Amino acid sequence: MSAINGQSTNGSTAAPGTPRTGGEVVCDAMLAAGVDVIFGMPGGASLPFYDSLYHYQDRIRHVLIRHEQAAGFAANGYARATGKVGVATSTSGPGATNMVTCMANDIMDSVGVVYITGQVARPAIGSDAFQEADVTGISIPITKHSYLVMDVDDLPRVMSEAFHLASTGRPGPVHVDIPKDVFLETTTETAPDQVNLRGYRPSKVGNARMVRKAAEVINAAERPIIMAGHGIDISGAADELMQLATRGSIPVVSTLHGVGTFPETHPLSFGMLGMHGLAYANFSMRQTDCIIGLGTRFDDRAVGKEDEFGPGAKVVHIDIDPAEIGKVLETDVPIVGDLKLTLQKLLPLIESRDRTPWLDQMNGWRRDHPSLKIPDSPDSVLPQEVVRAIYDISGGEARVIADVGQNQMWASQHFWYERPRMFFSAGGLGPMGYALPAAMGVKLADEKQDVWCVTGDGGLLINIQEFNTLAAEGINVKVAVLNNAHLGMIRQWQEFFYEGRYMGAFLDNPDFAKVAQAFGLHGVGTSSRDEMHEAIAMAHEYDGPVVLDLHVDRVENVYPMIVPGTGVNSVIEDPR
Amino acid sequence: MNGTETHTLVATVADHPGVLTRVASLFRRRGFNIASLAVGHSEEPGYSRMTIAVEGSAEEVKQCEKQLYKLVEVVSVRNLTGAPAVTRELAMIKVRVTSNERPGLAEITDIFRGEIVDVSKTSMIVQMTGAQSKIDRFLDVITEYPIEEISRTGVIAIARDDVGPRNGRARG
Repeated sequence: MSAINGQSTNGSTAAPGTPRTGGEVVCDAMLAAGVDVIFGMPGGASLPFYDSLYHYQDRIRHVLIRHEQAAGFAANGYARATGKVGVATSTSGPGATNMVTCMANDIMDSVGVVYITGQVARPAIGSDAFQEADVTGISIPITKHSYLVMDVDDLPRVMSEAFHLASTGRPGPVHVDIPKDVFLETTTETAPDQVNLRGYRPSKVGNARMVRKAAEVINAAERPIIMAGHGIDISGAADELMQLATRGSIPVVSTLHGVGTFPETHPLSFGMLGMHGLAYANFSMRQTDCIIGLGTRFDDRAVGKEDEFGPGAKVVHIDIDPAEIGKVLETDVPIVGDLKLTLQKLLPLIESRDRTPWLDQMNGWRRDHPSLKIPDSPDSVLPQEVVRAIYDISGGEARVIADVGQNQMWASQHFWYERPRMFFSAGGLGPMGYALPAAMGVKLADEKQDVWCVTGDGGLLINIQEFNTLAAEGINVKVAVLNNAHLGMIRQWQEFFYEGRYMGAFLDNPDFAKVAQAFGLHGVGTSSRDEMHEAIAMAHEYDGPVVLDLHVDRVENVYPMIVPGTGVNSVIEDPR
Repeated sequence: MNGTETHTLVATVADHPGVLTRVASLFRRRGFNIASLAVGHSEEPGYSRMTIAVEGSAEEVKQCEKQLYKLVEVVSVRNLTGAPAVTRELAMIKVRVTSNERPGLAEITDIFRGEIVDVSKTSMIVQMTGAQSKIDRFLDVITEYPIEEISRTGVIAIARDDVGPRNGRARG
């Protein structure tokens, strides 16, 4: 038994030898993992599990969502906000297939969610029974691991493995498919004290020789840049990142998921890079002589054209997933390990260095290419102003969940996130409809935190049924709809790259304020600037969920932009 | 194609239902090209050994190894390409031959150290074991005979142990 797998995962709260049903085994495993809220919708195959949940109501809150996709996204929000594992559950067949998008989203964004799906009873498997689908077959390429549990005696071990796999190493979704009759059968088995998976040994501290080499490369660099990714947040390494940056006077840019891992108002913060990153962050990437990639997979939206990205720069890459190292960029110093533990080894080797000329150069770009200036708009409210107003009214203390598209970019740009786990968005898969359900999960993770869902009108419509969940469960999420009556990013691309041939970009929207009211929510709609500010102030004070239908400029574009297929040399800046 | 060649990967995998699907799914999804894949029991109960011949550049195959290793049920992966290893494949070839042609085919089979494992009035089945290149060469040589059917197992491989220095003393 290695120390790596040495965490105790015994899921049982029952005395050893006490018979438990399969459903009780699952509930005990959730409790052992510290999960106190789960999201789901019952169905025929999962009814026995719901009968167990009935008896655990005092310890596990079940939130009934209105579409299984919302269960997965809410569990994702809960997991990201708590650092624990999220749980989403559905019945067999259609319930489970409705969560497929969520699994694909979790694996792209390295989020630990355990999916409990009911399956038809064992004798019916393979018979094309009612609501039968081969969901473990479907989930294989989009999960970290999956199980079809055919024997209740395996279930205690499987559940503890599932939570262990979801939360350790590079986190990810784990799917446990449980036939209806397995939920009902009893077992006296308990989970082993420690998970022991021979084929799963995530790295801890990076190789000492490579850590020394990384220090040499960083110390010798004149123009280093830290690229802070999601791994900083997952590993809890924000303090170490701060020490690395300040000790070496090394500027920090972040990926979309790295936003907030380094305080964005710090003088060494140069914001987010990438396709809609800040111009000065991207300019820095073509001049740097040393890219220090921390917990990032050098995604194409962050990097653009690889040969313009730090040409000639040394690359130091620390990540827990060996498969990410060397996948996109040729790496000079590859280090596989947990970021926090590895940075703790690296920090004492980093020389305190003055890098004023480099910082002056970067600050020069920041001055000449401000990127975040909001232009005057006498006739319409700009969506950026909405994000800025939420920032101002919340004092930067709100947790913001963005949807996908233009709203996502504005929410990442025009709010200054000072801590990890303040900004949430589905970066890798990019599923529209993420924000509203994810915001429910984020809110229930910590109800003391203000939570704002910033969504476009298109994305809102994809999971708008969750207005019902907000109302029924009283989940205090503030929803700001940046309503431009378009699929805005589609409209922008058709303007830029298809000579204005708009196809499928216009949305004939309902009155979202009235829709919200019909769902029993407090809904307000406006197109005026003053009323927008008032509405955001009202929502901030209001004790309960609010929907603000904010009619913003219909044709505002996201700037800066790097044209797809080009690199950091071709940044389009706001022409105004 | 930048340095594309066939690499031989040997993986030890847990003998669970679905593990073959996981491996096959991974190769398909990442666009790795499988030339052959052979699976069977290993020396350890509960674990199987897979030999996968994969085509690609060294970098692609390295990424393939890393992705394979990420599968929870994959315990180890070794790339035996260029390493000291024994690789073998078994092929059975059914050839349409008249009685007059039989001695000729038997002679070639003998030269290649193959075996005739079945004879009918109109055909013979040749069993050929060896490195893949040997089987390929045999097939090239017998092109004058009409081949009815070929069944090949795909390559399996096992690493050779270091025999140590000649004086027989173990190295530290």
